[in-house]
Amino acid sequence: MTPLVELVGIHKRFPGVYALKGVDFDVRAGEVHALVGENGAGKSTLIKVAAGVHDFEKGSYRIAGQAVDIRHPRQALDEGIAVVYQELELVLSLSVAENLFFGRLPHDRGGRVRWGELYDESEKLLAEVGLEVDPKTKVGHLGVAAQQLVEIARALSFAAKVIIMDEPTSALSPREIEKLFVLVARLKARGVGLVYVSHKLDEIMALADRVTVLRDGQRVACKETVDLDEDRLIELMVGRELGQGFPAAGREPGENVLEVQGLTTDQVQDISFRVCAGEIVGFSGLMGAGRTELARGLMGVDRRLAGSVVIAGVPVPANKPPAARNLGLGLVPEDRRADGVFAQLSVRENTSVAALEQFCRLGYVQGGLERRQVGGLVERLKVRTPDQEQEMAKLSGGNQQKALLARWLLKENLKVLLIDEPTRGIDVGAKAEIYQLLDELARGGLAVVLLSSEMPEILGLCDRIYVMSQGRIAAEYGRAEATPEKLLASALPNVY
Amino acid sequence: MSKIFSRIFHSEQAGLLLALLVLCLVISLLSPVFFTAINIKNVLRDASLIAIAGIGMVMIILLGEIDLSVGSTQAVAGVIAVAVLNQMDSVWWALLAALLAGALVGLCNGLLVTKAGINSLIATLGTMAILRGGAMVSTQAVSIQGKVEGFVEVGTGYLGPVPIPVLLAFLLFGLFYYVLHHTILGRYIYAIGGNIQAARLSGLAVDRTRVLVYVIGGVLAALSAFILASRLNSGQPNAGLGFELQVIAAVILGGISLTGGIGTLGGAFIGILILTVLSNGLVLLNVSSFYHDIARGAVIILAVYLDTRRKQSLLRRLLAPPSESNS
Repeated sequence: MTPLVELVGIHKRFPGVYALKGVDFDVRAGEVHALVGENGAGKSTLIKVAAGVHDFEKGSYRIAGQAVDIRHPRQALDEGIAVVYQELELVLSLSVAENLFFGRLPHDRGGRVRWGELYDESEKLLAEVGLEVDPKTKVGHLGVAAQQLVEIARALSFAAKVIIMDEPTSALSPREIEKLFVLVARLKARGVGLVYVSHKLDEIMALADRVTVLRDGQRVACKETVDLDEDRLIELMVGRELGQGFPAAGREPGENVLEVQGLTTDQVQDISFRVCAGEIVGFSGLMGAGRTELARGLMGVDRRLAGSVVIAGVPVPANKPPAARNLGLGLVPEDRRADGVFAQLSVRENTSVAALEQFCRLGYVQGGLERRQVGGLVERLKVRTPDQEQEMAKLSGGNQQKALLARWLLKENLKVLLIDEPTRGIDVGAKAEIYQLLDELARGGLAVVLLSSEMPEILGLCDRIYVMSQGRIAAEYGRAEATPEKLLASALPNVY
Repeated sequence: MSKIFSRIFHSEQAGLLLALLVLCLVISLLSPVFFTAINIKNVLRDASLIAIAGIGMVMIILLGEIDLSVGSTQAVAGVIAVAVLNQMDSVWWALLAALLAGALVGLCNGLLVTKAGINSLIATLGTMAILRGGAMVSTQAVSIQGKVEGFVEVGTGYLGPVPIPVLLAFLLFGLFYYVLHHTILGRYIYAIGGNIQAARLSGLAVDRTRVLVYVIGGVLAALSAFILASRLNSGQPNAGLGFELQVIAAVILGGISLTGGIGTLGGAFIGILILTVLSNGLVLLNVSSFYHDIARGAVIILAVYLDTRRKQSLLRRLLAPPSESNS
């Protein structure tokens, strides 16, 4: 039987990342084909290629055996290929019906919308997905599960032959998940081909007919589900050599520097852990597990609802980032551009901004002292910039990252450094330098907290590892006992 | 040396300075009165009112916020100043009362923006209306005459050849140039305006800085109110109508970007001079005052257009891939 959609030998590069290295993928009528892989394995890129969002350099795209040239999401939709993204793409302020027929409302020649027809058509579609709401309801008033059904109904309105679902159950309750499964079975029976992207292996084992595993932009397996079990899947997902370039272990942890008891914000629950001086402690977990939110909570940017944070014996007052900074807590955030750099300020101003008090006498910032100290760090961290007055925006990602590190290293009383996804979007050379630097810092007595979704760097660098899942700490491992399989098994969310 | 020159000529202020010089040249060709000592003093004295309030506005806009209440503050602080003046028979008490009132207004604005989380455009639009109404109600829409000798000296007097308000404006310019470029407060203002998220995550005192800047803005607006009241020797409840727009237009014309974080006090002062010279020129050329509004409106639009252009070029720069040499 010819597959509905076939991607053959797809290559896709982004600046600095080789996202897909000759991946094959196909979807047959009436099957559920699961797509799994670690963060950054290439799942998102692959479905975006299928959806016409990304183009590709090499390979071919066939629909019903015919090579096609799809360059735009709308073209893919017209060919019957629809994606229900994790971040739903609905207009919350419009009605369900308007969302279903967004951009193609039935209208007469004068441009007036035929509302009656719109609502009739919408009701038919909603009945197909089993969603009982008035099509006039604003989408913003619906829950996430209902919104997802609206997206699926929208896909059906394009007579979709293939529906790609990206982490469809991540925001659903167990009962909603069951309803979704029923719908998936019904679509399957109608001959729709479904692509199911998920981290939840139990769902995949229950739902999928075939599983494709991606790792580092390559397809490592495509098997019938009956030939697999969860352990084998995890093995396939992580089974790779640990990356090179990690400094040798053997650091001597000192006294407790950071002690966190029961920290709770809107995003994380009941987080307790400790970090010693001279130790690198890792926080692992899947995307959305709550690492970034934990860092924000520690820094006091997200409202603390309960719990305590103590640095070197001194409690950090809640919701006061300046107090946290003064006590020696520093954060290098995940999203450099949005949360880290001051793009139009100079490298010097970016670096010194969190330690200005050190250069200050009677309110006057001593420019010479500032320049000397910043200059010293720029040199030590090998930040490649013509001079300190260079605008931050003009630095490459890796050098911006080093400058952000310098921002905290400049602080004389820095005790704990939180560093979130330090190597995202950074080339290999800069990565190794940053690893080396973190090791040096820890050896110098700093407490380093590394928050990362990249398992190799967690395993390669950390003395102890906490695994987060769904906003909580799910497990703790020492360096010796941690394996990729264990970390992944703890990170996967429990559905039931 | 050549480096300094090239920096001056390539900076944004170079264009502004050129615009100012051309404007002065054109007006002086059309009217022989323009380049007389008396007229120049007039221009500077007019500019000084906008400049003093404008320093506060520069800092507020650098933060990425706005303050629409400065015009109404001028009315309220002026009325309070003259009322206290007549009551206490003291210029100093009047000054103190006006500045306190301004500080209070700024504090309210600041708390509304930070603690209540109201968009600054809306918050200060509200206080603008409330203060104007308050000034009208408390005076029953009748201006109060000053009854203390010496009060008018503040607004009309001279120190040597320099009008006192002009002197004040220059002193404050120097002070706040220093604040913006050589103190923690100044650094924080640019950082917060540039990226408030990053400022929060770096543990900067974001809200305290924002409130403080609003208070400074209120005090400076009140100082300009005091000078105006002194010049008129009266507290007028309808003083400063539309003043906020003059101030905002002038500083934006001077290169302070509405998105925050970009611009310098020097540029803003040139912007203020351009607008003042423009309206002075129109007066000298006997153009009806209604046309002044039209001219000012056109300049406001021009200023925002320039701001948008600037923002786009910044965006392009931020989105452009970094040059290979530093990757």
